[in-house]
Amino acid sequence: MNGAEAWAPGPPERTYLNARRGVVSWLTTRDHKRIGLMFLMGSLTALLIGGAMAMAIRLELLSPGPSVMDALTYNRFFTLHGVVMIFLFMVPAIPSVFGNFLLPIMLGAKDVAFPRLNLASFYLYLAGAALALWGMIHGGADTGWTFYAPYSTTTPTQVAPILLGVFTVGMSSIFTGLNFIVTIHTMRAPGLSWGRLPLFVWAVYGASIIQVLATPVLGLVLLLVAAEHTFGFGLFDPARGGDPLLMQHLFWFYSHPTVYIQVLPAMGVISEVVACFSRRPVFGYRMVAASSLGIALVGFFVWGHHMFIAGQSTFDSGVFGVLSMMVGVFTAIKVFNWVGTLYRGAVSFTTPFAYLMGFLYFLVFGGMTGVAVATVSLDVHWHDTYFVVAHFHFIMVGGVMMAFLAALHYWFPKMFGRRYPEGWGLVSAVLIILGFNATFVPQFLLGNLGMPRRYYQYPERFEALNVASSAGATLLAFGFLLILVYLLLSLRYGEKAGDNPWLSKGFEWNTRSPPPEHNFERMPIIEGAPHDYGAPPEVAHATR
Amino acid sequence: MPPAEVRAAHFASAEQQLAAARMGMWLFVASEVLLFTGLFVAYAAYRFLFPETFAQASRHLDLFLGTLNTVVLITSSLTVALAVHFASAGRSKLAAAMLAASIAFGVAFLLVKAREYGHHFETRALPGRHYGLEGLTLPGASLFFTLYFFMTGLHALHVLVGVGVLGWVAARCYRGDFSAEYHTPVELGGMYWHLVDLVWIFLYPMLYLI
Repeated sequence: MNGAEAWAPGPPERTYLNARRGVVSWLTTRDHKRIGLMFLMGSLTALLIGGAMAMAIRLELLSPGPSVMDALTYNRFFTLHGVVMIFLFMVPAIPSVFGNFLLPIMLGAKDVAFPRLNLASFYLYLAGAALALWGMIHGGADTGWTFYAPYSTTTPTQVAPILLGVFTVGMSSIFTGLNFIVTIHTMRAPGLSWGRLPLFVWAVYGASIIQVLATPVLGLVLLLVAAEHTFGFGLFDPARGGDPLLMQHLFWFYSHPTVYIQVLPAMGVISEVVACFSRRPVFGYRMVAASSLGIALVGFFVWGHHMFIAGQSTFDSGVFGVLSMMVGVFTAIKVFNWVGTLYRGAVSFTTPFAYLMGFLYFLVFGGMTGVAVATVSLDVHWHDTYFVVAHFHFIMVGGVMMAFLAALHYWFPKMFGRRYPEGWGLVSAVLIILGFNATFVPQFLLGNLGMPRRYYQYPERFEALNVASSAGATLLAFGFLLILVYLLLSLRYGEKAGDNPWLSKGFEWNTRSPPPEHNFERMPIIEGAPHDYGAPPEVAHATR
Repeated sequence: MPPAEVRAAHFASAEQQLAAARMGMWLFVASEVLLFTGLFVAYAAYRFLFPETFAQASRHLDLFLGTLNTVVLITSSLTVALAVHFASAGRSKLAAAMLAASIAFGVAFLLVKAREYGHHFETRALPGRHYGLEGLTLPGASLFFTLYFFMTGLHALHVLVGVGVLGWVAARCYRGDFSAEYHTPVELGGMYWHLVDLVWIFLYPMLYLI
């Protein structure tokens, strides 16, 4: 399948990118690949906005006292940073972008089961994002992305449009998840049994289940808070007998599983990348696939660990703590299997592989601190401090972002038929991994010293670590801008990639790159397992 | 005459398309169930905190109208089930008539509900800070009415959407779009309506009876 020589010069081949032309053909498309690309543009815009807000926060925290903004503006910035990054970037980032683009191709299908619903998902995402951005410009919100009552129901800022925006984005997420589950169940090519599904598909499947079953509960609680804020419904108002803790329970019933909506597809990406760049089938395929479902299942029963000091009973906290540690077990299964795959593999050190290394390090470090914060007695000390912020960002930025970048580089030739400059790719990967460490390792230390999160000012003894964190964030931002520049340039000037530049055995490389409009010239028949690199690694290495 | 090709191009067979459509609808129903489950949880929590208040507040609802609406909705589910049955037997006109009857029941339900709401507004049996019902000042009383309005309001919204869906399906039935071989929209529209009915079957005892 080395396509480089297979295509003689001639008229440009018809791909999904040039089969139809014009803006309208994009806006009304039902092609899952084009919808995936539109989601990519949407989520990268969100990443840019959320990143700019993060930089503003780090700028303010550069010095202990007030500096560039007032306290209310600061509160708005960290709220919107959270809302934009989680609901507009992280949740759609891997499933809606790469899931949309790759899932049908990996399954050997022409499209997802419901292409029109898929387009509707994108427009719901746009509408929700527009509503939330409108609210941010007209007053913003200062509640934190968690919208805890009773503050969120009494604040004079514009929480209602932002809540409704997130609600609408949630509907988009539900429809995407629904579409993927049905596609995986009903659209598999002949021969593609469940035991042969690529691990990315298994991971997206687990995430989709959470999207369908947890998102409605978030939608409901956001509606309740919006109604209480706007009409004075008073459901969580202690003065009327309401219980703010109930709001937290309902909120975290979604919002804890939501991190698995983000992390599971990231793990799926890593499974694909690890196989391709070590030239070996994934070690322990069954366990990696099953642990995705295990995380999806257990993820529904751990939400109480956000409320260890919120007035939850000690018994409940203990149960939630133990259940939370179960997630660590399933995650460890995956990590050991990935490392097992790498062992004696024919490793090629490319940009996706660099991000894979970053991912493993951040996931293990972030995961172990996760087990630590799930321990009730330790969490009493760390709760609401920068320790938790750092833990969360290690998993979300360290884990999900590394996987997102790995996916972006690994599948860039698949999506656009061009290559990115490998040298610049590695430089920016190093910048990002270093910058990320410099940003968040000091935050672990700050949290352990007792600096609470979301504070506008801090005592002078925390200054050095805060400066280090802000410096790291700058490095991180440079890394991202570098990627943006060379990827945009590669779209036009990148070297032609051919059909399978990585010589990958993933099912998605069975078709041309970029793929034709309906994915395949003829219906593929799947034989053999995914990531089937056949010969033992020693032999493969010798013939290279 | 049914159209010759009812299969979308990206499916390999009509069976595959039907299986996908059915599964999609079941998943959608599951997500709707979880939407209402959040409210049921809130109801359970507050009923546990204020058992006496909730028992008394429930006496201020009109049991007759609530029961009437229950009968109306259950009957509408029967007519929807009959519509699916007739559609699968290829008797489209009869199916359309059954759907029209269901729509009429749905509208009747909304009218009765509106009458109940009107009465609540008169007596100020309202949510949160608007609450001012005389004769019930126990703590937590406004919570009952917040939940009542949110649950029945969200449900009424679903009835409204359901009436729209059934109207669209009935029109297509009447036009002859469906046949014994292909009548998926009738089946799925019916599923949605049964969900709406089922939610009410939980709401009715929770709010009116216990």
